[in-house]
Amino acid sequence: MKYFKTLSGLALGLALSASTALAGEIVLNSDQTDPAPKKAMEELIADFQKANPGITIKWNNFDHEGYKSAIRNFLTADAPDVAAWYAGNRMAPFVKAGLFEDVSDVWEANGLNDQLKSAAASMTMDGKKWGVPYTYYQWGIYYNKDVYKKAGVTEPKNWAEFVSNCEKFKAMEIDCLTTGSKALWPIAGIFDYINMRTNGYEFHMELTAGKVKWTDPKVKAAFAEWAKIVPYTTANHAAIDWQDAAALIVQGKAANYVMGNFSVATFKQGGMTNDNLGFLVFPEITPGIPRAEEAPTDTFHIPSAAKNKEDARKFLAFVASPDVQTKMNATLGQLPVNNKSTAADDPFIKAGFEELSSAYALAQFFDRDAPADMAKAGMEGFQEFMIKPENIDAILERLQKVADKVYK
Amino acid sequence: MSHRTQASFWKKNQRAMAPWLFLAPGMIMFLIYVIYPICQSVWISFYEWDGLGPKTWIGGQNYVDLLDDDSFYTSLKNNIIWLVLYLLAIPAGLAVALLLNQTVTGIRLYKSLFFFPFVISQVVVGLIFTWFYAPDFGLLPNIIKGLTGSEVAVLADERYATLGIIAAGLWPQTAYCMILYLTGLNNISSEQVEAARMDNASGWSMLWNIIIPQLRPATFIALVVTVIGALRSFDLVSIMTAGGPYGSTRVLSYFMYEQSLSEYGTAMGYGAAIAVVLFAIMLVFISLFIVRMLSQERNS
Repeated sequence: MKYFKTLSGLALGLALSASTALAGEIVLNSDQTDPAPKKAMEELIADFQKANPGITIKWNNFDHEGYKSAIRNFLTADAPDVAAWYAGNRMAPFVKAGLFEDVSDVWEANGLNDQLKSAAASMTMDGKKWGVPYTYYQWGIYYNKDVYKKAGVTEPKNWAEFVSNCEKFKAMEIDCLTTGSKALWPIAGIFDYINMRTNGYEFHMELTAGKVKWTDPKVKAAFAEWAKIVPYTTANHAAIDWQDAAALIVQGKAANYVMGNFSVATFKQGGMTNDNLGFLVFPEITPGIPRAEEAPTDTFHIPSAAKNKEDARKFLAFVASPDVQTKMNATLGQLPVNNKSTAADDPFIKAGFEELSSAYALAQFFDRDAPADMAKAGMEGFQEFMIKPENIDAILERLQKVADKVYK
Repeated sequence: MSHRTQASFWKKNQRAMAPWLFLAPGMIMFLIYVIYPICQSVWISFYEWDGLGPKTWIGGQNYVDLLDDDSFYTSLKNNIIWLVLYLLAIPAGLAVALLLNQTVTGIRLYKSLFFFPFVISQVVVGLIFTWFYAPDFGLLPNIIKGLTGSEVAVLADERYATLGIIAAGLWPQTAYCMILYLTGLNNISSEQVEAARMDNASGWSMLWNIIIPQLRPATFIALVVTVIGALRSFDLVSIMTAGGPYGSTRVLSYFMYEQSLSEYGTAMGYGAAIAVVLFAIMLVFISLFIVRMLSQERNS
């Protein structure tokens, strides 16, 4: 009998079966397996259950990479009541396929239209809201202050200064900019910033939405800016992962790194402290263009096929509330989306808060703003460009060919 | 009366039906798990489908797109490189087998060590070679740096990346061919070898005229598994480069996965079309092998 119980328990767990949900039970699928996000989720679930006696949460935690393909299956086959996902174009396929529930009412009833204003645009499609955001984080340039001192350079105020600093680093055999493009996405951050600083937020959004051609001279102008720093970028970037490149910053072999704030934990594990790790807002390229920033937002959604939508709505409202976001993001080491929350007392989070709250607009990140197949082809194009800048015309033509197919 | 006809029907046709009854379980499985998915893939390849929404019939458009896709030609080219270079596993396996086919103390240990790479998972092989090639701390870049003064990041350079992956693949494949040849060498007729010795055959002529012809069955099997192995290469590409740098190490099977199942791909119809092309290529080789096998059986 005991065996049978364990076995059936296992079977249920494996089947992630929403159909077994009892009244007052929410099945929650997400992918927070790293230590900090996992802890934040555990706290969130415990707090929610305390605040809502009678509702229990059954949490299925997935591996981060596996989740991205698993979600397609479980949304259609065996939907949970709440699922974690991302804002922007990344949720578009599910919204279009009718797999996410319209939760505009949750926004309306809890005053979220005002409190979550900064993320409202990226949660809206067809005039409706399709989920609630609970955290975001800034991107920017992380740099090694000791290396700056050694090379005798100061924080660049604009792109020209950044490029001239690179020459000084080069003379000392230090990589001015490092990155690891083995998994492709880190270099998409570089492209996003260079394009937004060269051509502005609107142009960048039109490009990722397929309204502008990749062969547009403005796109080429952005790549021309990028070409200025390609010779000063870590040569073996295609062979290494982003953590390997972070090690180069820690060891002082590289000076700057365009990255998201989650990398701070990695730098600090490597032995850097608040004293020698610096943060820079990406410098201005075309003077006078309003400054837009990269701020990927993580979200919760209710699948259309959920069994317990009533309690799932309570959960969404709970996650969106100011105090919950304050506590959760303190554990995550990221920024709360709710403007009534307070950000944690940490120099990088504070810097990020200032950067984002004063920004003209926020982008989600290349692979969330552009449709998946375009994003993949684009990032491969960026990688080829960084290795063979002379191929730029062929690359842009190829990307336009992909775009013609993707956006038709 | 009817009972009697039934009984006699069974009795009359018992011999004819028995083989079909025994074959039935296997054939049903084969139908459900092999034939049906193949038909389904061909069917899906005529649709545009993201795996979630409704399917739209687009006829041969996926195939037309495929012919206009640079990635497809890169994958095809890499598949051909794989096919040609992977065959090196056969002579390499034969060489190792000849080396190990002797009686010295501890030969069993050496044989096991040489067979070891075939036993471990391809994923592990991929990881070991990734570290072997890794710039900064990998063994190979350090050796090259010691010799030439400059580093080569094999897996990040489009000129060497595919070759680097194939080299990793040859390691376990050589071990497999070695085992095939070792068993083959056990069955060599010693009389023929003796007779050849009498006729003054030794060294190359002995190997070429006496040993290798007797190893023909082993060579045939080695050829089949190596060709199929080369065409279905997926794990090593996925682990070592994920198709990179900028898609230059893609092979058809990985390309299909990328287009339809990976994080950035939802084009099920397009992926199915790639699968159909890969299937057609495999079919050519498999039919050749089967025809040969049948003709041999008839002759013997």
